[in-house]
Amino acid sequence: MSSTQPTLFRLPPAAQYQLDEEGRLRHFLTIEGLPAALLEEILSTAQSFHTAADQAARKVPLLRGKTIVNLFFEASTRTRTTFELAAKRLSADVLNLDMATAATTKGESLLDTLRNLEAMHCDMFVVRHHQSGAAHFIVRHVAEHISVINAGDGRHAHPTQAMLDMFTLRQHFPDFSAITVVIVGDILHSRVARSEIQALRSLGVGEIRVIAPRTLLPREATSLGVIPFKSMEEGLVGAQAVIMLRLQKERMHGSFVPSEDEYYRLYGLTRARVELLAEDGIVMHPGPVNRGVEIESAVVDGPRSVILKQVRNGIAVRMAILSMAMRRHAW
Amino acid sequence: MSSHERVDVGAVLAHLGDSVKSFLTTRGINLPVFVGIHTGGVWVAQALHTHCAVAEPLGMLDVSYHRDDVARTGVRPLKPVRMPASLDDRHVLLIDDVLFTGRTTRAALNELFEYGRPASVSLVVLVERPGREIPVAPDLTGMRLELGPEDRVKLQGPDPMELVITRPNDSLLEEPAR
Repeated sequence: MSSTQPTLFRLPPAAQYQLDEEGRLRHFLTIEGLPAALLEEILSTAQSFHTAADQAARKVPLLRGKTIVNLFFEASTRTRTTFELAAKRLSADVLNLDMATAATTKGESLLDTLRNLEAMHCDMFVVRHHQSGAAHFIVRHVAEHISVINAGDGRHAHPTQAMLDMFTLRQHFPDFSAITVVIVGDILHSRVARSEIQALRSLGVGEIRVIAPRTLLPREATSLGVIPFKSMEEGLVGAQAVIMLRLQKERMHGSFVPSEDEYYRLYGLTRARVELLAEDGIVMHPGPVNRGVEIESAVVDGPRSVILKQVRNGIAVRMAILSMAMRRHAW
Repeated sequence: MSSHERVDVGAVLAHLGDSVKSFLTTRGINLPVFVGIHTGGVWVAQALHTHCAVAEPLGMLDVSYHRDDVARTGVRPLKPVRMPASLDDRHVLLIDDVLFTGRTTRAALNELFEYGRPASVSLVVLVERPGREIPVAPDLTGMRLELGPEDRVKLQGPDPMELVITRPNDSLLEEPAR
């Protein structure tokens, strides 16, 4: 169902599932509806777990005796491995289930898979799924004691990616109100873009711009609180950060983009375009990077690039979210 | 009615500082690492660190993530942690404000050993009170307070530093005597 009138994917508000009666994190499904103070708490807690690149990583016993299941129905390397490392540094036991090759392909339903995992006394599911709303669905059907973390669902949300990007931005720009952030690329299909925009707005970023071909921009872009630009030459000027999105070939069924070459010519982040950013401007990308498709290879490896820092920060931010969402003992 | 009592600790700190100096001399420790436990322990450690004119910067630990009750209380952001790159073969003075159940000390020891294998760890506390639930004993103590299990003592500071002692059962004990 490729549409000529792109619309934004919407789910019912998740706030009712995400917080417990005391307002603490219970599940982490989307940035939408979460109080800004909670996002700030995630960033502060992540700072507690953060170790500099030259420091040895240390384990903490916060999740000792807990079992976390990485339930990945869609391919992922960065997200799955950093979730795994985060869980292990919190002393949890980790099960990695690659559902693309697992029992569901033999006909077992998702609910039966969940029942089986519950029977193994698992405490938390980290879910990646190609369908929007998959993590919500699981929350509504799992046992009460299990927490669910959304590691990306269809076109809907990728909240941990958004938070690790906020953490990275904060390292460079402590005062969000003074900065301009530009998101470039496939806004329409991107769960990353959606979550980023929600987080940037909630944390009070001064100006949020998007640059995309008209076919990859949701109609209601301006109602998201972002300023759309048609060209890189206009949109990048003076910005403190640019977040490049991957051109998601696997999610595009219509002819949204005429050709890769033309896309790169119009929207590719080249060295020349990087010069349009503010003097201290940084280049971000959630990965995986398509060199020469949405970003020039030399920019990926260049001095403005914080792409690998984003990956490293992913561990501390996911440690914060896992430890905050783990159910507390009642005693 | 509960009673509040405020105790200035200036003199106790000065005396404890002298004890630390002679302790280090007796043990032949030339390059100690002072480590304070957040929050009150860091204030005490700062005072002792200055008193003993230690060259190496003061270490600071927040042991929250190593506590045995964190599954009940939930995770909170840590206060700033500052430690030497390695504690291998170092003589550590672990400093806290109040020694009560011993659980904080246990958590601190676990965290300390994440930074290496110290040659020795000695425990220095400003106040020791009864109520140990874990076999922990201080090497040096500023003062002992004979408090009941319901009584509370809290160090306020950092400048000035004073102990606030709260005895919730005072009236119950006093009234029959009237």
